[in-house]
Amino acid sequence: MDIRETLRLSLTAIITNRLRSALTILGIVIGVTSVILLVALVTGLKSYITGQISGLGSNLIYVIPGKIGGGRGPGGVQVNRLIPADAKNLKLQLSNEAEVSAVVQKVTKLQYLNKSDKDVTLAGVESNYPKIIQSTKITEGRFFTLSDAEAGKRVVVIGPTVKKNLFDGSSVIGKAIEVNNLKYTIIGVLGPRGSTFGVDFDNSALIPLSAAQKQFGIDKLNTIYVSANSPDKVKEVQAKITKILSKRLSEDDFTVQTQEQTLSTIASITSVLTLALGGIAAISLIVGGIGVMNIMLVSVTERTKEIGLRKALGARPQDIRNQFLVEALTLSGLGGIIGIILGASLSLIANQFITTVIPLWSVGLSFGFSMLIGVIFGVAPAIRAAQLDPIQALRYE
Amino acid sequence: MSLVKLEHINKLYFLDSDLSFQALKDINVVIQKGEFVAIVGPSGSGKSTLMNIIGLLDQPSSGEYILDGLDISKLKENKLAQLRNKKIGFIFQSFNLLKRTKAIDNVALPLIYAGVGQSERLARAKKALEEVGLADKLNSLPNQLSGGQQQRVAIARALVTNPEILLADEPTGNLDSKTGEEILKLFKTLNKTGRTIILITHDHHIADNAKRKITLKDGEIS
Ligand SMILES: Nc1ncnc2c1ncn2[C@@H]1O[C@H](COP(=O)(O)OP(=O)(O)O)[C@@H](O)[C@H]1O
Ligand SMILES: [Mg+2]
Repeated sequence: MDIRETLRLSLTAIITNRLRSALTILGIVIGVTSVILLVALVTGLKSYITGQISGLGSNLIYVIPGKIGGGRGPGGVQVNRLIPADAKNLKLQLSNEAEVSAVVQKVTKLQYLNKSDKDVTLAGVESNYPKIIQSTKITEGRFFTLSDAEAGKRVVVIGPTVKKNLFDGSSVIGKAIEVNNLKYTIIGVLGPRGSTFGVDFDNSALIPLSAAQKQFGIDKLNTIYVSANSPDKVKEVQAKITKILSKRLSEDDFTVQTQEQTLSTIASITSVLTLALGGIAAISLIVGGIGVMNIMLVSVTERTKEIGLRKALGARPQDIRNQFLVEALTLSGLGGIIGIILGASLSLIANQFITTVIPLWSVGLSFGFSMLIGVIFGVAPAIRAAQLDPIQALRYE
Repeated sequence: MSLVKLEHINKLYFLDSDLSFQALKDINVVIQKGEFVAIVGPSGSGKSTLMNIIGLLDQPSSGEYILDGLDISKLKENKLAQLRNKKIGFIFQSFNLLKRTKAIDNVALPLIYAGVGQSERLARAKKALEEVGLADKLNSLPNQLSGGQQQRVAIARALVTNPEILLADEPTGNLDSKTGEEILKLFKTLNKTGRTIILITHDHHIADNAKRKITLKDGEIS
C-alpha cells in the first residue's frame, strides 16, 4: 500500500469520526495557538521598543544615574547622584563633538478649568531636546527656545493625550494650564507616539528644565542625553563622557550607554522572555500530544474489531501501523494548522491594541513541533494496533 | 490438484503454562476447486478453529496445510496477509461491516490491500454488489440496510477480490429463516458459477444445502 492510499484511509477515518478527531486535536490547537500568540506579543513588544529607541537617533548616548545590573546592596536603593553641574560640565568639554541635553522627570497632575489629567509624565528639558530626540514631532505651535528658557518663562508643550483629556477639540495654543497649581502657557502640541502594554507615551508634557527645577526644587537629573555630531564619533564620545564624569562620581553612580548597547540589552531581555513564554506554551503542546496519544489508544481499542477485520481482509501489520501513525500525524498536523490560523488571527486582533509581530520561525517551529508530537505520541497506539491478533480482534465486542 | 489439503492437523489452545485444550484432533480434509462443502457440528466442536486455520488467521499446532499447492507453515506474516487477501473471502456471522462507511466502500476495502487503484476498486465493488443483487444500494450505510442486505454486502466484499475460497462461518446465524434461505440460494448460485464455498454451521438443515458435509464432533471428524 502506498502513502497516498494510507493518507486516504487515515483521512477517511478522521472524517468518519469527526467529533473524536476534533477533541483529539484540541490540545494541539490550544498549544500552537498560545505559542504563536505569545511569541507574537513578545516580538511585537521588542519591535515596538526597538522602533521607539531607534527613533531617537542613532548617534544618541544616554547617561543615567546608577549602575545597570549591579551596585545595589541587599535591599538597598541606589541614590541618584547625577546633578545639573554634571550636564554643564559635559556641555563645556564636549562642545565641539556633541550636543548635550539634561532631563528631569516627574509624574504629576495637570489641570485646565474644571478638567484635570492625572499621572502625566512631566519632563523638564532643554531647548535643544527636539534636535537630539529626533522622534519629537510638533503638530501644533512650536517648541520653546533658548531665550524662553533663559527668561524663565513658564511655557509647556503637551502630548496628544493631555490635549484630549483637558480640551474638547478647541484650539489650545495660548491657553494656560495649571501644573501643580502654577500656570503654564501652552505653546505647542507633540505628535502621537502611541502606547504599549498600558503605558501611554502621549500622556506627557514638556516644560523648560529651568522652570521645572525652580518649581519643584529638583536638584537631580533623570537623564543626560548626548548626541555625537557623527556616527563614528559615538564610541569616542562615550569614553570621554565616562572620563569626565568619573572625576566627580564613582563608577557605580552612573551608566553611559549607546543606542546600540541599549538595543542589544533589549534584544537579550526579549529573547529570554520569548524563551520563557515559548517554553510554557511548548509544555501545553506536549500536554496536547499526550491527549493525542490517549485518544488514539482509546481509538485503537474502540476499533479493535475494525482492525481484526482489516487484517482478515489482507492488511499487513505495517499497513495497520501506518494507518494509525498517519492518522495521528494528520490529526496533529491539522491541529497545528488550525492553531496557526487561530493564533495568527488572535495576534492580528491584539494588534489593534498593542503591537504584535508573528515571526515566520514561530509558525514553522510550532507546526514542526506538533508534527513531531504526532510521531512521538502516535507510535505507541500504532504499534499496539499493528500487533493485535486478528482472531481475538474479530471476536471483540 | 486439490485447493485445500489438511493432513493430521492438531490444534492446542494453551490455557495455562501446563494446561492445554485440544480443539482439533488429527483432521484430514481435502477440498477440490469448485466444491460446496459444509462443515457441521455442535457448538464448541471446533468449527471456527478449523475455519481460522483454513482462512490463514491461525496456524495449526501440528500437521500440514497445503493451500493451492503452497505449504503455509513456511510462510511469514506478510505473505499470509497477502494470501488471505488474494485467496480467501471471509463471510462472518455478524457481517463485520465498517459502520458509517458506504456499502460500495465496504466492498472495496480488501482491494485497497491488494494494491488496486481507486477507480478500478469502485468499478469492481459496484460489479460485486450487482452480483449479489444490491445494485441500488451502492451508497447506503450499513444501518440503512436489513440484516439480509448487510450479509449480501459482506458476501460482495468476499467476492470482490475474486478469491479461490469463500469461507462462511455461520453466515445465516443472525438472520431469520427466510432471509437465511435467500443467502443460501445466493451461495448455490455462486457455486454454480464455479466458486469454491466452505460453509460452517451447527445446523444440519442448513448444511444440507451443500454438496458435501464434513461433520465435526469434539474436534474430530466423524
Ligand atoms: N482462543 C482460545 N483459547 C482457548 N480455548 C479456545 C479458544 N478458542 C476456542 N477455544 C475452545 O475450542 C473449542 C472449539 O471452539 P470453536 O472452534 O470456536 O467451536 P465452534 O466454532 O464449533 O463453536 C471450544 O471448546 C472453545 O472453548
Ligand atoms: Mg464458531
